[in-house]
Amino acid sequence: MTPRTSQPVIGHGRVALIPLLLGLLVLASIVSVAVGAVVLPLPRVLRALLQPRAVGVQATDATIVWDIRLGRVLLAALIGAGLAVSGTALQGLFRNPLADPFVIGASSGAALGATLAIVSGFGPVSLAAFVGALLAVTAAYSIAEIGGVVPATALLLAGAALNTFLSAIVSLVMLFNEQSAYAVLNWLLGGLSGRSWSQLSASLPYMAIGLSVLWLLARPLDALAFGDETAQSLGLPLGRARGVIVAAASLTTAAAVAAGGTIGFVGLIAPHAARLLVGAEHARLIPASALIGALLLLVADDVARTALAPLELPAGVLTAALGGPFFLYLLKTRQGDFGARR
Amino acid sequence: MTRLEAQHLTCAYGRHTVLHDLSLLVQAGEILALIGPNGAGKTTLLRALARLLRPRMGTVLLADQDIWRLRPRAVARRLALAPQSEGVSWPVTVEQAVALGRAPHRGWLLPYSGQDRQMIEQVLVQTGLQELRQRLVTELSGGEQRRVILARALAQEPQVLLLDEPTTHLDLRYQTEFLALIRRLAQRDGMAVVVTLHDLNHAALCATRVALLAHGAVVASGPPEAVLTPDCLAQVYGVAVVVTRHPVYGTPLVALVFDPRHDSSQAGGTALPQDTTFSILHTHNTPLSDAREHDAESNHNS
Repeated sequence: MTPRTSQPVIGHGRVALIPLLLGLLVLASIVSVAVGAVVLPLPRVLRALLQPRAVGVQATDATIVWDIRLGRVLLAALIGAGLAVSGTALQGLFRNPLADPFVIGASSGAALGATLAIVSGFGPVSLAAFVGALLAVTAAYSIAEIGGVVPATALLLAGAALNTFLSAIVSLVMLFNEQSAYAVLNWLLGGLSGRSWSQLSASLPYMAIGLSVLWLLARPLDALAFGDETAQSLGLPLGRARGVIVAAASLTTAAAVAAGGTIGFVGLIAPHAARLLVGAEHARLIPASALIGALLLLVADDVARTALAPLELPAGVLTAALGGPFFLYLLKTRQGDFGARR
Repeated sequence: MTRLEAQHLTCAYGRHTVLHDLSLLVQAGEILALIGPNGAGKTTLLRALARLLRPRMGTVLLADQDIWRLRPRAVARRLALAPQSEGVSWPVTVEQAVALGRAPHRGWLLPYSGQDRQMIEQVLVQTGLQELRQRLVTELSGGEQRRVILARALAQEPQVLLLDEPTTHLDLRYQTEFLALIRRLAQRDGMAVVVTLHDLNHAALCATRVALLAHGAVVASGPPEAVLTPDCLAQVYGVAVVVTRHPVYGTPLVALVFDPRHDSSQAGGTALPQDTTFSILHTHNTPLSDAREHDAESNHNS
């Protein structure tokens, strides 16, 4: 135990951090709409956003803002929020700071679904990814189940083994289908190139359900932090709570992956950053985590669009490239009150 | 009337049977201390009583209802368990940890009400945690963490309180305060308390009844003076002890002595009284009387 004099951790109920993050996200969204191949000055962006049909607003501005950029910006924020909240919930469920949205098979299931769809040219890729993710998680869950009980460790192990197995199949499929290997790789790296309103409207209902269910389950997640037995002795129906958390997190993840591919690291670091800012109580942690995840992916996508324009980088590569060092920095500097201790 | 009753409990982990056909009863205002050697099944018994371990055979009745026919939340509204220790995965504040004790009453989805806040406040004061409310549970000392666990259990407003080794690893001050608090909870608030204790003198001081466990069965039960006897203890623990009287309360006081066969220095040079019980070790083989007959009103209420 570190003999730190106990300063109250930043923001435990003192500063209104969540409204602050929300304001920051709105600001970042407006800036994101402004930047791109053509940089629009902020006043023109605002006018195009608020009164697209008003006289004096150039038609091209309205087109760029509404038809090209805004949908993608909102989609990036939504995917970021979905991955972050799903990661928060799974870290809470498994009491494991290394858990992320993909630990129980969602990413590799989605990857296999998408790969098969791309290679066969059959059916929409995002639908295949969505179905693949849900099937993989269901498989991991039923493999881990023993006599009506799903031990958390068994679920983690089943997820890890399933991830390895499914990734191997994806590699095999790629090897035997060289001509579409690049398209598959591009999908696997994760990104928002060419995605906009249609992906947003397809993902939004699932995300909305998943995110609200997880936020509603904030108190069970708080109780689980003290161990399964304590949660049970407080009257939590453990099996049912676990099932609902896994289902909601998987639905959210599947919708996020279907829309943006496997974007790594957001779901791992956003929960940690949020925990450092607002504390570990899930009622505050989940919205904070959602906002941070949204901000992270938004910024990553801005960089992806603009850094090597007109070339676009996959946002998933950027989140990993930015997120990895940031995570290591947090780990090194905040070791004392970072993540799980027993 | 609050009562918690175990009827013919048999519990096992895998093939290893831990409790054999065990029965006991505790009522409002009583403190039942479970004592016994390591591995006697004390903690397993608490887990079975708390609806955490499903017995192979037998039932646990809470106010005459089978706890396995009640919903977990219905049980948690009336019965609370304070485990010996628990790992906390994330740095939550003391107040947040204690507030979880309101979950059985408030439910898992609704925000805490003013009544909940009042109750949380009350138990923070009761356990001396009000100064530490904003501290992180992960930064507390072992004794402070114990108080958080107890506070959360009290926030459940239980009629039956199960405590696992509440005094182990605490310093003298907190040992005393914990025992006094447990007595208050039973005598003043009318809780039925079941507490496992390693320190027999703690059992003698606070329990209205003591159940001595060995190999998953109750071998003696009754008021402390009926169970904490050299005979009973020697048979179960396999060592001789001296039992005298507490100088203030007159309750049994168990003193350890070294077996002269293993230690010739005679513990600090003090001469041992001649009528102590070393012989029991070698000769005792009469069955222990079940002291339930003496189990009337305990007479050591100070």
